[in-house]
Amino acid sequence: MSLAVAVAAAMFVAVLAYALFGGADFGSGYFDLTAGGSARGAELRTLIDHSIGPVWEANHVWLIFVLVTWWTAFPVSFAATMSTLFVPLVLALLGIVLRGASFAFRKYAATLGQAQLFGVVFAASSLITPFFLGTVAGAIASGRVPASGSGDLWSSWLNPTSVFGGVIAVGTCAFLAGVFLVSDADRNGHAALATQLRLRTLVVGVATGLVVFAALVPLEHDAPTLSAGLTGKAAPLIVLSGLTGAATLWLLVVRRFSVARLTALVAVASVVCGWGVGQYPWLLVDQVTIVDAAGATSTLVALLVAVGLAAVVVLPALAYLYWLTQSERWTEHPDEHPTAQTTRH
Amino acid sequence: MLPSTAPLTTLVTLLATDVPAGLMPAREQMAVSLGWHIILACFGVAFPTMIFVVHRRGIVKDDPVALGLAQRWAKVSAVLFAIGAVSGTVLSFEMGLLWPGLMGRFGDVLGLPFAFEGMSFFVEAIFLGIYLYGWGRMPPRQHLLTLLPMAAAGVFGTFCVISVNAWMNNPTGFRIVDGRVTDVHPWRAMFNDGVWLQFAHMWVGAFMLVGFVVSGVYAAGLLRGRRDEHHRLGFAVPFTFATVAALAQPLIGHVLGLRVATTQPAKLAAFELAQHTDSPSPLRLGGLLIDGHVRGSIDIPLLGSIIARNSFTTPVQGMDTIPVANRPPVNITHIAFQSMVGIGTLLALAVLVFWLARWRGRDLTQQRWFLRFCVVAGPLAIIALEMGWIATEVGRQPWTVYGVLRTVDAAGDNGGLWWTFSAVLLVYAGMTAGAYVVLRSMARRWRAGEEDLPSPYGPEAALPEGAGR
Ligand code: HDD
Ligand code: HEM
Ligand code: HEM
Repeated sequence: MSLAVAVAAAMFVAVLAYALFGGADFGSGYFDLTAGGSARGAELRTLIDHSIGPVWEANHVWLIFVLVTWWTAFPVSFAATMSTLFVPLVLALLGIVLRGASFAFRKYAATLGQAQLFGVVFAASSLITPFFLGTVAGAIASGRVPASGSGDLWSSWLNPTSVFGGVIAVGTCAFLAGVFLVSDADRNGHAALATQLRLRTLVVGVATGLVVFAALVPLEHDAPTLSAGLTGKAAPLIVLSGLTGAATLWLLVVRRFSVARLTALVAVASVVCGWGVGQYPWLLVDQVTIVDAAGATSTLVALLVAVGLAAVVVLPALAYLYWLTQSERWTEHPDEHPTAQTTRH
Repeated sequence: MLPSTAPLTTLVTLLATDVPAGLMPAREQMAVSLGWHIILACFGVAFPTMIFVVHRRGIVKDDPVALGLAQRWAKVSAVLFAIGAVSGTVLSFEMGLLWPGLMGRFGDVLGLPFAFEGMSFFVEAIFLGIYLYGWGRMPPRQHLLTLLPMAAAGVFGTFCVISVNAWMNNPTGFRIVDGRVTDVHPWRAMFNDGVWLQFAHMWVGAFMLVGFVVSGVYAAGLLRGRRDEHHRLGFAVPFTFATVAALAQPLIGHVLGLRVATTQPAKLAAFELAQHTDSPSPLRLGGLLIDGHVRGSIDIPLLGSIIARNSFTTPVQGMDTIPVANRPPVNITHIAFQSMVGIGTLLALAVLVFWLARWRGRDLTQQRWFLRFCVVAGPLAIIALEMGWIATEVGRQPWTVYGVLRTVDAAGDNGGLWWTFSAVLLVYAGMTAGAYVVLRSMARRWRAGEEDLPSPYGPEAALPEGAGR
């Protein structure tokens, strides 16, 4: 494996982690948006707060990591992408800013009115970001970002592959979030909430699965290189995704929620990996390969040092954070809502 | 006659000549978003350390007041760090959206510190999550210790990002052969000659900013007669940090300035408003360059050479020795620089007065005038920091990478940037308002005796019987 491919692989791992964990955080915006009025939705919104509160900032850093690796290792393609996909990137960024800020504001808002305002902004912007990042992925994967940049500002991301990419991103985020929230609700003893969430997650999951497989048809003409990859060397991953996706639905039906989290992660991860494998060895499909896009060799080596160091420093800490948030002590909410569980059984 | 360097004229010439459509809006947007981020970033750098001090005191001395302070500061930092993180993300995008000419050509030269910065953001965000949600859920000492990685990551992150800026001021670690960047040494670029001093200055600046802002909040409380232990401690801890920082800052700044004479003479000429090379140079206080003449300044003979060059005779190189095409906008740079130095000197004197008085047995926190000064010291420190950046960045013009890449060539061709700039103004105004409203309401509820601040949409709040709270 060449240095450039090793760095690209590290970058792709970060894309994958962002899609899974950042995605689940964004997806909970969908459930927040559709939770109902303030009295009815209170329980779910509080649950969302507890689920993503401690982790969303850490999950968000994967995106930063992708960006900095990209511009350091593949500078020209980074500039090319930024100039071509200016519009969807700015809109995704807008979503990121509004989501993060209003989520924090809502938690400490003084009045219900303020909380509702921040809440709506939080929830709506949570949908914007995955959609536009999905269109960005679609644009790259369908060969619409010229290696020298300055591609068409609009048609580069307003096309079948991009739009499908956006819809699939929103759907998979919501699906992941749904599975995680069902499991959290169930574990925390919110039985009624878990039942309600379970139904909605099933609907989202079926719909998203249908879109993913429907997308394969237009992709054949719109993104031939990717399509050939998906139905060729990445086909096992797509099949795996279908199987684990179906398994997740079944596990939800039979209420095996905590196992469903695993299969859901695998289902989404294999779609994302399918995209990566499908477009390999291109960095910008049909335009420039990973190897040709790479910057100075000394920088690639230095980046791998940084990645290695980050793996040693960050991964254990991240595992500790996830472990803590899943542990018993954390599920009881000592200082915040001492009555939350007892009043709502 | 020398051409005018007034900003408006610069702007007109810029617009008249062949500049990419993305230049002006990109500059404005970069300045606004960085100027905004830097204030929040300072809290990320300095606040964890201050929280650690009060939190530790709370645990070790079993002091409920200190523990209460730690708990409140943690909640404040939850809000500040969230908007700090999203505004930092904006910057990451902007590096590519606004400056394709910089990132495309030099991304692999300057990128390494950003990769390490990403690592420190991870550490900061992870332990922030643990710390904020760990209250009451972890053994107290272990909980306290989670602040340390946060504090370390803030410092390390500052080093990394400042390293990029220092590289823009002192580019090394590459060669340009036939217009192509080759022979890239990312480590050398990261540890360039300017980085240590610039980092030290920024780091200390962050402690000044946070120290004065936070102590100012409690000074306002003391002014209103809330003279309890809570306010006393809330004032004392950040003020002590600010003291150390304010005393160190002029020294570091002075040494930093000495470097500018050799590395960027045009910048120093603009700082000192030195139109001609006078030996020895005077210190010019105030004044503006109007039609090529310095007007309205107070000149103190000799002092310019002493301060800027550490010598009785060595002059400050005059702007007339610099080719016209390489001159920065003089007035902005000069005013920004002198505001920073003026405020820095004032704040250093103020803390000196406080501790001298204390040593003589007088407590200035009993004096209303002193408390009033403490309230404005926070905004003053913010202004000093912003002015320092404006001096550095504008003083480096017309270069983005000094002597290597002109800002005109760093920018892109996207005229649509005016739209995003307008959007940035709107969104940042909204975020500022949101943060203000939320932080104010938190303070109000704390004063009213609420400690936990449950979310208003929580089950108990939204239930009919809870709705009346
Ligand atoms: C609280 C903020 C603060 C205060 C009180 C001061 N500074 Fe400063 N200064 C900064 C915050 C700052 C900064 C914003 O952090 C800068 C911008 C770039 C940098 O590295 O630091 C800066 C830049 C900066 C530079 C430009 C370096 C360059 O462009 O290469 C010089 C020469 C000084 N400072 C000198 C001083 C002196 C002599 C001060 C005496 C009182 C002083 N500063 C106080
Ligand atoms: C071009 C310049 C800059 C870029 C691209 C940038 C990027 C970022 C990003 C992406 C984040 C969010 C990390 C997260 O998700 O948690 C962030 C936060 C932060 N930045 Fe910056 N930044 C820049 C300038 C600065 C400067 C000059 C400082 C120096 C003081 C600084 C210090 C910090 C700190 C300490 C944080 C974490 C604390 C917080 O979230 O408030 N940054 N920055
Ligand atoms: C690590 C920190 C920073 C980096 C990497 C950085 C980078 C840049 C870049 C790439 C530009 C555009 C090119 C140019 O005009 O030279 C710029 C311009 C500018 N930056 Fe910074 N910057 C940093 C910190 C700051 C901060 C904290 C401020 C706060 C006020 C600031 C204020 C400005 C201004 C006013 C301009 C416009 C200058 C002009 O074009 O006239 N910078 N900076």
